[in-house]
Amino acid sequence: MTTLADYALHLADNALILGQRNAEWCGHGPVLEEDLALANHSLDLIGQARLLYQWVAQLRGDGSTEDTLAYFRDPEAFFNFTLLELPHCTALAPSARAERDYAVTIVRNFFFSSYMLLVWGVLQSHAQPQLSAIAAKSIKEVRYHCQHAADWLIRFGDGTAESHDRAQAAVDFLMPYTQEFWSEWPAAKEVLPDTAHLKNQWFDMVIDVIKEAGLQLPEASGYVTQGVLGIHTEHMSYLLAEMQSLARQHPGAQW
Amino acid sequence: MSQPAPPNEWPLWEVFVRSKQGIEHKHCGSLHAADAQQALRMARDVYTRRQEGVSIWVIPSAAITASDPADKDSLFDPAKDKVYRHPTFFVIPDEVGHM
Repeated sequence: MTTLADYALHLADNALILGQRNAEWCGHGPVLEEDLALANHSLDLIGQARLLYQWVAQLRGDGSTEDTLAYFRDPEAFFNFTLLELPHCTALAPSARAERDYAVTIVRNFFFSSYMLLVWGVLQSHAQPQLSAIAAKSIKEVRYHCQHAADWLIRFGDGTAESHDRAQAAVDFLMPYTQEFWSEWPAAKEVLPDTAHLKNQWFDMVIDVIKEAGLQLPEASGYVTQGVLGIHTEHMSYLLAEMQSLARQHPGAQW
Repeated sequence: MSQPAPPNEWPLWEVFVRSKQGIEHKHCGSLHAADAQQALRMARDVYTRRQEGVSIWVIPSAAITASDPADKDSLFDPAKDKVYRHPTFFVIPDEVGHM
C-alpha cells in the first residue's frame, strides 16, 4: 500500500473512532442542547471517515469498501491515535461506563480538534486533489468542534471548584497522550514533514485557552502511545465490538 | 415568560433564524443556555442542522412582553369588520412592477 493510503487510513480511523466514542453520549448528554451538539460532531467525523475510507478503498483497488474497512478489521489493523479510543473518564474512575465525565470528552475534543485544524490546514494545499478537497470540507467542521470544546473548557476551568478540578484532572490525564501527535512514523513523516512547527503552533493555540480557563498545562511526558502503529489499549476492542458486531453478524446486509 | 429562571437552571432564549430565501428572521423555537454566546452556538446545533439558516438571532425570553390571551377579544376583534384596511381595493399600474 502506498504511503498516502496509509496516512489517509490513519486519518479515517481517527475520525471514525472519535466519532463512535462521542456518539456514546447520544441520548445521555448533560443537557438536550449538548446532546444534539455532540451527536452533530460525531456525524461530522463519521462523514469525514466515510470520504477517507472510500478514497483508501479506491487507492488500494483490492475490493475493499468503506464498510469492510470500518467493520471487518480487528484492533491491530486500526491506526488511530490512542487518545481517541479512551473511554470518557480519567484513569481512576472505577468503571468507564458508570463514570462518564464530560470534562474528559471536552478536553479530548479540544486537544484533537485544535490538532486537526492545523493538519487539515496543511492538507488543504496538498497536491493530491481528493485529499485537498476532503481537507477543505473537514476544516470547516473541525473549526466549529474546536470552538465548541474551547468554549466549554473555559467555562469548566473558570466555573465552580468542582468543574475546575475535573477539567484540570482531564487535562493532566490526557496531555501525555498528545505526544503521539508528534511521533514520527513513516507515512506521517512523508505527508507532514514539519511536525516541530505544527507542535509549536498547537501549543500556542492550546495554551491560550488553558490560560483563559485558569488551568495549568502539564509537561507532556512519559510513555508515548503507539496507536498509529496498531498497538492499542484494552478499550479499543470493546469499542470495536460495539461498533462492528451488527455488521459482522449480518455481513452484506442492506437496509 | 416573565418569571425569572429558577436557581441552577439556565435561562430560556428565543431563537430566530433567517432562511436562505427569507428576508426576515423567523421565530423557530427556544432553548436553555447559560449566556447569549452559548445560546447562539446551541441554536446552531438545535435549529440549523438541516441547512435551514444563514443567520441566527437569540433573545432572552424574559425580555419579551407578551399580550394577555384574555385580552384577545378587545385587542383583535374590533379589526374584524374593517376590510377596507386591506389595501386590496387599489389598482396598481403595471409600471410599478412587484410590490
